[in-house]
Amino acid sequence: MRIHQEHLGKTTMKINLELYASLMELLPPGKSRHRREIEIPDNAVVNDAIKQVGIPDDQAHIVLVNGHFVCGSERDSKKFQPGDVLAIWPPVAGG
Amino acid sequence: MSWTKKILRVNLSDGSCTPEPLNMAWANEYLGQRGLASKYLVEEIDPTCDPLGPDNKLIMATGPLTGTMASTGGRYAVITKGPLTGAIACSNSGGFLGNEMKNAGWDMIIFEGKSPEPVYLYIEDDLAELRPAADLWGKSVWETDDLLHQMHQDPLLRIACVGRSAEAGCLYAGIINDKHRAAGRSGVGTVMASKNLKAVAIRGTKGVGNIDNPEKFFQAVNDAKAVLAENAVTGQGLPTYGTQVLMNVINGVGALPARNMREVGFEGAENISGEAMHEPRPSDGKPNLTTNAACFGCTIACGRISTVDKNHFSVQNKPEYWGASGGLEYEAAWALGADTGVDDLDALTYANFLCNEDGYDPISFGATVAAAMEMFENGQITTEHTGGIELKFGSAEALTKMAELVAHGEGFGLDLGLGSKRLCEKYGRPELSMTVKGQEFPAYDPRGIQGMGLGYATSNRGACHLRGYTVASEVLGIPVKTDPTVTEGKAELVKAFQDATALVDSSGLCLFTTFAWTMDNIAPQIDAACEGDWSVERCLEAGERIWNMEREFNKAAGITGKDDTLPKRLLSEAVKQGPTAGQVNRLDEMLPEYYQIRGWNEDGEVTEETRQRLGL
Repeated sequence: MRIHQEHLGKTTMKINLELYASLMELLPPGKSRHRREIEIPDNAVVNDAIKQVGIPDDQAHIVLVNGHFVCGSERDSKKFQPGDVLAIWPPVAGG
Repeated sequence: MSWTKKILRVNLSDGSCTPEPLNMAWANEYLGQRGLASKYLVEEIDPTCDPLGPDNKLIMATGPLTGTMASTGGRYAVITKGPLTGAIACSNSGGFLGNEMKNAGWDMIIFEGKSPEPVYLYIEDDLAELRPAADLWGKSVWETDDLLHQMHQDPLLRIACVGRSAEAGCLYAGIINDKHRAAGRSGVGTVMASKNLKAVAIRGTKGVGNIDNPEKFFQAVNDAKAVLAENAVTGQGLPTYGTQVLMNVINGVGALPARNMREVGFEGAENISGEAMHEPRPSDGKPNLTTNAACFGCTIACGRISTVDKNHFSVQNKPEYWGASGGLEYEAAWALGADTGVDDLDALTYANFLCNEDGYDPISFGATVAAAMEMFENGQITTEHTGGIELKFGSAEALTKMAELVAHGEGFGLDLGLGSKRLCEKYGRPELSMTVKGQEFPAYDPRGIQGMGLGYATSNRGACHLRGYTVASEVLGIPVKTDPTVTEGKAELVKAFQDATALVDSSGLCLFTTFAWTMDNIAPQIDAACEGDWSVERCLEAGERIWNMEREFNKAAGITGKDDTLPKRLLSEAVKQGPTAGQVNRLDEMLPEYYQIRGWNEDGEVTEETRQRLGL
């Protein structure tokens, strides 16, 4: 994953990013089907990570951190712990 | 057409086929398909009758929008008293049969009695007659479909039929139309076979008409189609990934049941997901998914057409399974996969082919195998019972062998054909049956999605996701996001989903439109097609009326509020790991409020006041 230039030199941490469905196109090459380790600034919130990965706003529909929903209103305040799993889906449904 | 205002009554005992006018007073109260056919069933059969006896009836019914230009307007449903549950059963199917029935000029077909010999019903517009089917009996769905097409030399003939599993008495046999679309749940195919009715073959050439206000209808339909096309789910997500895209979502939120619902979370989920179906196989470079497919009139096209790797153990030297056919939908992939612990995509696809080929419900089948696997692990079922098969969780070989035995009605397949409830009772472990009212669960653990627990417990056809799909709200955020872990507000949510679903199921439209449409999109289409004023309020009231009518039938059949419950495992065994660790379903926090909102008494009985309000 690209790290924005302004983040270089700052303290960072590693989290696990998981992308599904059409968002998988944004995954760089790697062995896992859905998961990549990414580096984000220590103080990054969920929306920072979403922007860093290059996911358009309307495509980050289901956002989970460690399996727990992060609603739109929480994405500008919710921060990460090292090793957290951030999973993102575009609008999908089934049944 | 909207209503053709004509139904066909087929007396299988004396062989007569008699046209009748549609009861329009009932149509104005119950709309069509699920609601209207249920009204006929409720009025015409003794609720205590044997589901597999001649006194039960089986109704194939279209909705007023079936066969019209409305998107997804190709649905039909089969309504009967179900043998798996003893409750009212309504199984809905797409494909092309419903449209053909409407084009032949029939709103519904009521089958009554029992034929002394195997027969099939042939319809060509007004011509309707029973014909001998001795040569078809003992044939699979796929063989029957091919033979009828050859016999009639008509490639446009549309066929619904039962397979060998139904003939052998499998209690969750479905009716398959167009080779791989299914009225799949609750054993409606078992009822059809019990009447010695092998198939229904229809050719309709009358076209579409009888729209109350064509100009208004044209506008409403086009507006609604634009909504589907522009919506990210119905316009992109479902056509690309199908319902199977849910495998990773539901696993991710901690609500994917595994291994007979003993566990929540399946480590092999991503191997059997919608995304995995797109990946090229190492052996031939082709993905499991060949293409998507649409039913009549559908502008979503969520259907899956798949192939199995020719080198896979399940199809080696079986070229009849090398072609593309109906692939995995989410519920089937869960039951055949996560619930049995099998993460072999080819094995699941092959088992799914067999479910289509011989007409049985992959959800109930997979869940029943899962229960058998748990009893095998615990020693109640042994290789002596299974014919030497090691029925272990995770065994793709065991799963596919069991699928073959159920398809052909052979050996241990006859036991599996009993369904989970009767199988677990037979082997002395009734508590291991993951069922409500005798029907197996679909793919959402109610410990992780609280509202679904209430929906399952109160569903009129036993455990079912299609009677009130609160997953849409609780997980997918459609139409608004609610928290799946809380019980507050879920009684109201479940009721709203149940009533709206009952109406959509009575219209001829597909429920999947509701990922984009609200009743504000649906009611104008019904209103323009049908005579009378079908406002949003009237549509929702009709849905509530249908729900209560079904409830009243079940009560008369002996199913009461005491049956509005879940297996003990889901109420008392907490999730061990993952994001929902520690959770059980808290049904007791939701059920009393649900009864109150429904206008039922504390025992879950419809009150006289509610009966009068709804005109029951």
